[in-house]
Amino acid sequence: MTGHANAGRPNQLLRNLHSKIASIPMILTAVVIFLGGTLWTVFYSFTNSKLLPRLSFVGLDQYERLWSAPRWLMSIQNLAIYGVFSLIFSLVIGFLLAALMDQKIRFENTFRTIFLYPFALSFIVTGLVWQWVLNPEFGVQSVIRSLGWTSFTFDPLYNPSIVIYGILIAALWQGTGLVMCLMLAGLRGIDEDIWKASRVDGIPMWKTYLFIIIPMMRAVFITTLVIIASGIVRVYDLVVAQTSGGPGIASEVPAKYVYDYMFQAQNLGQGFAASTMMLITVAIIIVPWAYLEFGGRKRG
Amino acid sequence: MDDTVTLKGQAAHAAARRLAPGPQGKKPRPMFSPRNIMIYGALIFAAAYYLLPLYVMVVTSLKGMPEIRLGNIFSPPLEITFEPWVKAWSSACTGLNCDGLSRGFWNSVRITIPSTIVSIAIASINGYALANWRFKGADLFFTILIVGAFIPYQVMIYPIVIVLREMGLYGSLTGLIIVHTIFGMPILTLLFRNYFTSLPEELFKAARVDGAGFWTIYFKIMLPMSLPIFVVAMILQVTGIWNDFLFGVVFTRPEYYPMTVQLNNIVNSVQGVKEYNVNMAATILTGAVPLIVYFVSGRLFVRGIAAGAVKG
Repeated sequence: MTGHANAGRPNQLLRNLHSKIASIPMILTAVVIFLGGTLWTVFYSFTNSKLLPRLSFVGLDQYERLWSAPRWLMSIQNLAIYGVFSLIFSLVIGFLLAALMDQKIRFENTFRTIFLYPFALSFIVTGLVWQWVLNPEFGVQSVIRSLGWTSFTFDPLYNPSIVIYGILIAALWQGTGLVMCLMLAGLRGIDEDIWKASRVDGIPMWKTYLFIIIPMMRAVFITTLVIIASGIVRVYDLVVAQTSGGPGIASEVPAKYVYDYMFQAQNLGQGFAASTMMLITVAIIIVPWAYLEFGGRKRG
Repeated sequence: MDDTVTLKGQAAHAAARRLAPGPQGKKPRPMFSPRNIMIYGALIFAAAYYLLPLYVMVVTSLKGMPEIRLGNIFSPPLEITFEPWVKAWSSACTGLNCDGLSRGFWNSVRITIPSTIVSIAIASINGYALANWRFKGADLFFTILIVGAFIPYQVMIYPIVIVLREMGLYGSLTGLIIVHTIFGMPILTLLFRNYFTSLPEELFKAARVDGAGFWTIYFKIMLPMSLPIFVVAMILQVTGIWNDFLFGVVFTRPEYYPMTVQLNNIVNSVQGVKEYNVNMAATILTGAVPLIVYFVSGRLFVRGIAAGAVKG
């Protein structure tokens, strides 16, 4: 573009030299780490590397082992439950809060500050706080029991069948503020005349939201969806802090599986295979989105 | 005559309504209409849910252990004690050592400051090169970078371990700073590229005509004009790096563990009696830095996360 300004250069490589030198860190990161690293991991997932990576190929053995490991199956099941519910709830709660915030309320900034502050906290802090709030001996369960409902049971962190919902509660507390913010920005971008027209036609407010506003906010919803979804696949710190994957293996997630096999169990091959599966999961989410967003635009 | 005045008045009113943000066009309603009570009721209920854990953290950290064992977690402390805070800071045990969170705090400071500076310096130059000095292939590298932002970290961690080990930096603070720079690069580069692209091009051209080169324009023109975006990037990086857990645990030796790792080790250490008040004091201390950044920066933080959100 602008680099074409300096006329009469003899060498293609020397053209715009400073810019190229300045971009070396970016080029290295993009090519060596992001592209090279990913290919390397996928490549080595077909070997039986243990403590150190080595080139003895075993085909799809690692993947067969992976998909027959109870812990991995549990991780995937947890990720699915956590993913579906966290998508639904963060979109619904985030949108509801944003719609409420958009009613020309007073103290909007105060409310926004309150809804968003958990997002500034780390997953470790989030996990530890909720570990304490959900502690059956002292937390919510004991407080409600002391109010007279002595048979009340709510101990998600100690009950394998519902532990993932305990993590979900913490994750929603941390993340819905962000969704609210994105949705609010979307709502503010809707033309005022739409509201006027729907009022003139006597359409109730909830119908206007559901059938007019939400379809108009398609782009915002898709962006939010992609953001939440790629966050879901990465969930790791929260589980480590809140439950360490327990009780037993009841709250294991794929990211933790990868870490544990790479750095604790010294079974690199399994770790690589599991991380490749994570990559595929993300690709399933991202590729259609990128195709719709960017592929479509080019054609149109 | 009267009619035209009212019509004009209505038109002006409608125009004013159109300018105002938000979906509501009607006249202000009385404060205590049923509708308002519902809206504020719902908002206050939600706010209580969001504030509850913070409240519980604070009151727990100010109680003594006997009181915690007796009472419920929501009751305010009968007797306020700051001992848990002192203990959390200076003598809580992690299983490896017993010098509290202070060690992790200083490690986090030593990680966060250089990582923030280096990552922003590199990313701003990348963004500048991409916006004003695009060379052949630059867009390809940029695309790889942005796509890379969506790849789970777990996929790239081990190759980075190998690279750092080859460089003799695995386990050191320098290694971790490089890692933070790498993973901060996509979003920061995007942020700076978009910002520099939005600056008027005449400015850049004028400087070129005057004979200014790559670095002169960057330092003399671009930098002074882009303070707000640097602040946004700083907020993004300080909170992001401070809150990081995975890279800290993978890429550093225990003596360099950042605060989040130290905190997790203190709270989830299996040995000894659980001291919930110390744990909560430690949790608040770890969350304090990003929280302060959040409350001080206000709207800029919102802008930062809206940009950072792309990172996912």
